[in-house]
Amino acid sequence: MPRYYDTEITSRLMLGTAQYPSPAILAEAFKRSGAGIATVSVRREAGGERAGQAFWDMIGDLGAHVLPNTAGCHSVREAVTTAQMARELFDTDWIKLEVIGHADTLQPDPFGLVEAARILTDEGFKVFPYCTEDLVLCERLVEAGCRVLMPWGAPIGTGLGLNNIYGLRSLRAHFPDLPLVIDAGLGLPSQAAHAMELGYDAVLLNTAVAKAGDPVAMAEGFARALEAGRLGFEADPMEPRDMAAPSTPVLGRAFT
Amino acid sequence: MKITVNGTKQESAATTLDALLDELGYGPAKVATAVNQSFVPAAMRPEHRLADGDQIEIVAPRQGG
Repeated sequence: MPRYYDTEITSRLMLGTAQYPSPAILAEAFKRSGAGIATVSVRREAGGERAGQAFWDMIGDLGAHVLPNTAGCHSVREAVTTAQMARELFDTDWIKLEVIGHADTLQPDPFGLVEAARILTDEGFKVFPYCTEDLVLCERLVEAGCRVLMPWGAPIGTGLGLNNIYGLRSLRAHFPDLPLVIDAGLGLPSQAAHAMELGYDAVLLNTAVAKAGDPVAMAEGFARALEAGRLGFEADPMEPRDMAAPSTPVLGRAFT
Repeated sequence: MKITVNGTKQESAATTLDALLDELGYGPAKVATAVNQSFVPAAMRPEHRLADGDQIEIVAPRQGG
């Protein structure tokens, strides 16, 4: 099972907490999938609103590790300050670092991401960077102190799956011992299974589960796909080949 | 004193961040704060003095992906 900064998590599923039809369905999705990490955020609150406390109480009942994010931050300054506020609110030094570089694709700003990762690492944070599969960017993030990488499969919320198999495979080969998590872009359990077959350690989902017609069933579907894909990876798959090769013995065939 | 709280301009008589939270009715709410994009830890709020034009962010735990 994956270890993030010396903490072992007994699940390969990280699950977001946004966009569910109800808090009860969110809780059931976590229960049925066994997701080990719950991503959360910080947002403005008005005086007397007390919504934060209610949400915090609910998260505590999920039994998952909490991973706050810096979602929506477009600058290093915003991301660093958001991370600092999240650390105080959630009482954890884990931070899913997002520095968004483009409004349409929500793709990471690689330059800001490395700078923010360095600042936060120096301040004692354990940074989980939402990044692309770019090898050079990932090397810089590791140099900045990141001990886990979270490349996107596709842009956030698209459900397009793994857009760059070659790049993801290269990344896995280049960092054989670092926890690698597909963060964003998955829509179907088969895509999560594929990520496992590539040797990835975990996936992070939100929209694919929360926006499914039956979020609880989809959460369980993803959990089973992760298990199946990982078993396939560990079982050392056969090599593909272009020419057919009969699986039934040729020797002893009738009419010969 | 004119300040901006969570993007809304308003008048306040509070001289410290702690006093502002009281004035706005936050009470014991689970919130974190920043002034002019710099984090202000909860323990520092009583001594953090506010100035005209300050931009204050008050945030709480929320759903996220």
